[in-house]
Amino acid sequence: MTAVLTRRPGLSGIRAAGSPLHLICLALVVLVVTAAVLAPWLVPHDPNVVDLGSALAGTSADHPLGVDAAGRDTLSRLLLGARTSLLGPLEVVAFSTLAGVAVGTAAAWRGGRLDSLLSRSTELVFAFPGMLLAILIISVYGEGLLAPVIALAIAYLPYVSRLTRSLVLAERARPYVSAYRVQGHSALQICLRHVLPNIAPVVLAQATINFGYALMDLAGLSFLGLGIPALTPDWGRMVFDGQTAVQHGYPLSAILPCVVIVLTVVAFNVVGERWADRVARRDR
Amino acid sequence: MSFVVFAVRRTAEMAATLFAASFVVFGAMYLAPGSPASFLLSGRSASPEALAAINSQYHLDDPFAVRYFAWLGNVLQGDFGRSITYRTDVSRLLADRLPTTLLLIAMSLTVVVLVGLFLGGLAAVRGGATDSAVLVATTFAVATPSFVAAVLLQGLFAVRLGWFPSGGSGDGPVDMLRHLTLPAVALALYLIGMLTRVTRSAMLEALDSEHVTVARSRGVPERQVIRRHAFRNSLGTILTTGGLVVSTLLVCTILVETAFSVGGIGQLLELSTTTKDFPTVQAIALIVVALFMAVNLVVDLLLPLADPRLTLGTRGAAA
Repeated sequence: MTAVLTRRPGLSGIRAAGSPLHLICLALVVLVVTAAVLAPWLVPHDPNVVDLGSALAGTSADHPLGVDAAGRDTLSRLLLGARTSLLGPLEVVAFSTLAGVAVGTAAAWRGGRLDSLLSRSTELVFAFPGMLLAILIISVYGEGLLAPVIALAIAYLPYVSRLTRSLVLAERARPYVSAYRVQGHSALQICLRHVLPNIAPVVLAQATINFGYALMDLAGLSFLGLGIPALTPDWGRMVFDGQTAVQHGYPLSAILPCVVIVLTVVAFNVVGERWADRVARRDR
Repeated sequence: MSFVVFAVRRTAEMAATLFAASFVVFGAMYLAPGSPASFLLSGRSASPEALAAINSQYHLDDPFAVRYFAWLGNVLQGDFGRSITYRTDVSRLLADRLPTTLLLIAMSLTVVVLVGLFLGGLAAVRGGATDSAVLVATTFAVATPSFVAAVLLQGLFAVRLGWFPSGGSGDGPVDMLRHLTLPAVALALYLIGMLTRVTRSAMLEALDSEHVTVARSRGVPERQVIRRHAFRNSLGTILTTGGLVVSTLLVCTILVETAFSVGGIGQLLELSTTTKDFPTVQAIALIVVALFMAVNLVVDLLLPLADPRLTLGTRGAAA
């Protein structure tokens, strides 16, 4: 097989196969996703209720994880923040994967001029770091989650399309494709029903790896106060809100979202890498 | 293909991509709802003079192509127009802040290269427990966004221990270095993880190759085997990540400068995005893209020197 999964350098070393680390990470992914789904029923307090009287109070029975500088319950904000913090990257990954597969397949199948045109535009997108593109688009469109999601999806698209292109090129040369052609199946039908299922595991592994990066980028944007509306609980925004508390010597409300972000990204990265390793081994 | 032809072709390619990128940066303004003039003013009081200034700066009375080339011509002469928020020339704003950012990035890059190469090499050579410890540490490092690192470092070293100032960029060279130490480390952490990983796998591959076995069997001292036979060979692979490293530094400096309120172009980009100061955003975006592409060009030109086996223009496998 000629196509290798394009992981970004730096992660290709994780060998979590069979280790407890992988199981812990898998459990963590399930836990975070469940928390995000069930958040509205789990939260003990309204995440936006300001109680300046008890601002920066430590942990108590009423507020198990303490409150932030405005007296808002940290646990509730973390739980509800999981929704925005996971939904954004999910949209980025879904869009970039769907569009990237479409672009990559078209480029590989058609070849020729379309291929070189698409490759050229891919290079142009690579010239813009994802976050920069997002900031550029946010500065035009203003607040709202849509602009950064679209910008990051465009920035992540080349990673998927380049991978898909090389995978489809390899598949197209295999005998089963010629066999279907001879039988008169249309190109679209062969691609959708036979080529795509064959390349899906590799593409999905790449998508899982992209998820962690998208989460970090989006959290960074909301740390800057860009994209996510002010009152929506979000992990990146919580770090920003907690920074003032840190400077006054009460770090808890900033440390917790930091820890949650890092652990979630670690979990998704390890699970994605493990999946990529298994796919790579099976193909060999 | 001779090296000169290759260098000229790569430079021309870069110029073409930069040209296209400048078009994107300029054209982004026209995605905004409403007329460009109302977008550029965005709610500010539109005095006739201000309108006239914007009209003449962006040539809004002319057709699109004329506007674009007039803007591009000005940019090439170093004139990025006037900042709407600060009411001065954008080039002056940048001239004040670019040195700070470049110093921060240079400090960070030094840390990344020194620590990354050392840890990666150590993990590959020692193996065993050292290797596992490095792997676990880098797993967390590459999952830590730079703003998270910034806030945590600030809480520990600036507020709790009081070793470093918690923000600002300082006056005078020594004070500036002291102010930029924590931001540089925060910026470096993620990339240390990445570079360590790349170095480790490149070194493992090199150590596994036949010429290393031959060198060892001939009795070449291990230290020399590692330095001259293994490290020298993995340098090409490590160098291919140079572009990614620098682009990550350029982007993450926005977050870190904001977290530490360092007065560089990163913080300026954040401020001008929130205040909708589009000429400044355009200028910084263009500079970041240009720097990123320049680094990529340098890496492409250096690669054949670092690894003569590569044919010109093809990148290493780990690109």
